[in-house]
Amino acid sequence: MAKTDLSYVRSDMLAPQPAPMTSRNVSGWIRTNLLATPKDVVLTIVAIAVLVSILPGALNWLFVQASWLGSDRSVCATTVQGGVQPDGWHGACWAFVKDRFIQFLFGRYPLDERWRPILVAVMFIALLTPMLIPKVPRKTLNAVLLFIIFPIVAFFLLHGGFGLERVETALWGGLMVTLILSFVGIAVSFPLGTLLALGRRSQMPVIKTLSVTFIEVVRGVPLITVLFMANVMLPLFLPTGWTIDNFLRALVAVSLFSSAYMAEVIRGGLQAIPKGQAEGADSLGLSYWQKMRLIILPQAIKLVIPGIVNTFIGMFKDTSLVSIIGMFDFLNTIRLNFTDTTWITPVTPVTGLIFAGFIYWIFCFSMSRYSAFMERHLDTGHKR
Amino acid sequence: MKKTLLSAALGAAAMSFGFASAASADTLSDVKAKGFVQCGVNTGLAGFAQPDSSGNWKGFDVDYCKAVAAAVFGDVSKVKYTPTTAQSRFTALQSGEVDLLVRNTTWTINRDTALGFNFRYVNYYDGQGFMVPKSLNVKSALELSGAAVCVQSGTTTELNLADYFKANKLEYKPVVFEKLEEVNAAYQAGRCDVYTTDQSGLYSLRLSLSNPADHVILPEIISKEPLGPAVRQGDDKWFDIVTWAGYAMVQAEEFGITQANVDEMKNSTNPDVRRFLGVEKDTKIGTDLGVTNEWAYNIVKGVGNYGEVFERNIGQNTPLKIQRGLNALWSKGGLQYAPPVR
Repeated sequence: MAKTDLSYVRSDMLAPQPAPMTSRNVSGWIRTNLLATPKDVVLTIVAIAVLVSILPGALNWLFVQASWLGSDRSVCATTVQGGVQPDGWHGACWAFVKDRFIQFLFGRYPLDERWRPILVAVMFIALLTPMLIPKVPRKTLNAVLLFIIFPIVAFFLLHGGFGLERVETALWGGLMVTLILSFVGIAVSFPLGTLLALGRRSQMPVIKTLSVTFIEVVRGVPLITVLFMANVMLPLFLPTGWTIDNFLRALVAVSLFSSAYMAEVIRGGLQAIPKGQAEGADSLGLSYWQKMRLIILPQAIKLVIPGIVNTFIGMFKDTSLVSIIGMFDFLNTIRLNFTDTTWITPVTPVTGLIFAGFIYWIFCFSMSRYSAFMERHLDTGHKR
Repeated sequence: MKKTLLSAALGAAAMSFGFASAASADTLSDVKAKGFVQCGVNTGLAGFAQPDSSGNWKGFDVDYCKAVAAAVFGDVSKVKYTPTTAQSRFTALQSGEVDLLVRNTTWTINRDTALGFNFRYVNYYDGQGFMVPKSLNVKSALELSGAAVCVQSGTTTELNLADYFKANKLEYKPVVFEKLEEVNAAYQAGRCDVYTTDQSGLYSLRLSLSNPADHVILPEIISKEPLGPAVRQGDDKWFDIVTWAGYAMVQAEEFGITQANVDEMKNSTNPDVRRFLGVEKDTKIGTDLGVTNEWAYNIVKGVGNYGEVFERNIGQNTPLKIQRGLNALWSKGGLQYAPPVR
């Protein structure tokens, strides 16, 4: 074969060149990201205008004018309000948050016993962290420790027993209560919700009816009503001298409530799995539970991670509703201090609520980021 | 104090299931057996019941719980507190979850009868009042014709307001909100000219205004809100102890017995004082009450007399700066009057 002249084809590769200056440096970044089209220019100008009008004031209020040290309202009140700040002063009252920080965390948990919730928190972090990192081995052992052993140990540590002084739940409060409610809610609602979702799709009429009834009844009632009934009406129906712990009532209400929502989210995932998957599993001779555990659920749950996390985040924030039954979760503990004569000032509520919002945001944002990470990690079937 | 319809409904529910009367008939023995008094308090009301930074409950109502504990056990620390909301407080008492309720609860005939509670002693005479900006130059509520009034919906406050303006043939424009915080915000933003709620609440609200000195609380009180401890009906022994704990504090103030001088007063030559403090020979006042003869001594030693409790929690030296007013002793123009302790 005659050698074809291919001189018009390059025989060696060009050396890689750095990107043009215009897209490398700051001005290049600005040009591509902020000023690419006339629409971008307008949006950028509007955004800058909004930031310029809000940010200096907000930063000034939050940090520059803010009152950082002090032990009573005088540091956050102007002279006419009976404080030390000059007239017309307005700034965040971080001294209030600092003074009450421990209370925000633990509520009225006895001072001498505070090592107990701290120990529980340390154990929780120590068990949760390896659970969340996919590479760490022994997930089964970890799950057993976290979801079975840990709650039992934590209960006795927090509540007392085995020589520890009893601390009744009326004294629990603050972030501790919010986290316990959320953890139990999540730990119960996920398996229970999965069972309910399977039950709702079951061919067996009794199981199906029970699941549908439970889901529809619980989902059809506002959480606030369930809590209210549990708190106000339930004691009237119980024999005298019987009281069910208030905290337990809230735990049960929150867990059942989120289970109903979780069931519907997971059912959405189950619907999305083609029938062929189940038939394939059947043809392999897998039992119902093997089929679900090995074939259907892993795919279904992977699909609905955003929905599951959405439910978790919603539940985390819904726990603040327990305030209406006289329980002091994180938000309510903060609000409780607004009327405290030691700290009552015009800026105390704003500061407290900003702080509460910030803490809620940290937790919800972390959950959201972790779910995004998990979605990428599990996105095995759709990778190209 | 509020939500009468709801409380009536709850009361009816309680009665129909027969639980209100079924609650333990001997609270004193129960309390002694468990070793502490379970006291229902507010979930948080400035000066009346509020946990401090280390989580200890403090306040005017809380001191009442302590006084009862002092009478029964001689130890103010033998109290456990159950924070109750406006809605859950009556159930808590009816179901026996708490032994007494000291939660700024207004004594009304409905609560005394239909709900199955007993009231006798009034630890704070409250009443609904008005607050206006000074700039309006209003000296009396009768000058408020045509005013926009900020008020919380669904409360007796709202009803009292309507009654008062109607009775005095005054026009007004109600600006109604669901939550107390919203009412506060609306008043601060100037959406209404007048703010109305219980007077004790007006004082704490004033502290959260950006310029407290620019607002005045008008002298008129348009409703009677006698706040006092409540117990379940049908347990007179316990009722007596709870009631007399309050009277003992008032009596101590009358005698001039304070937390500081109570030990000294034991050596008083006044037989009334000696009987009161349980040092007079063969006095049986305390034992007849079902507690020890040092009960009154323990109360005063533990929390002080009525005036001290008032001043410490809500009086002139606290940010609330509430005047004694109706809560002064009867001998000083108030209504606090203790029947003789003899």
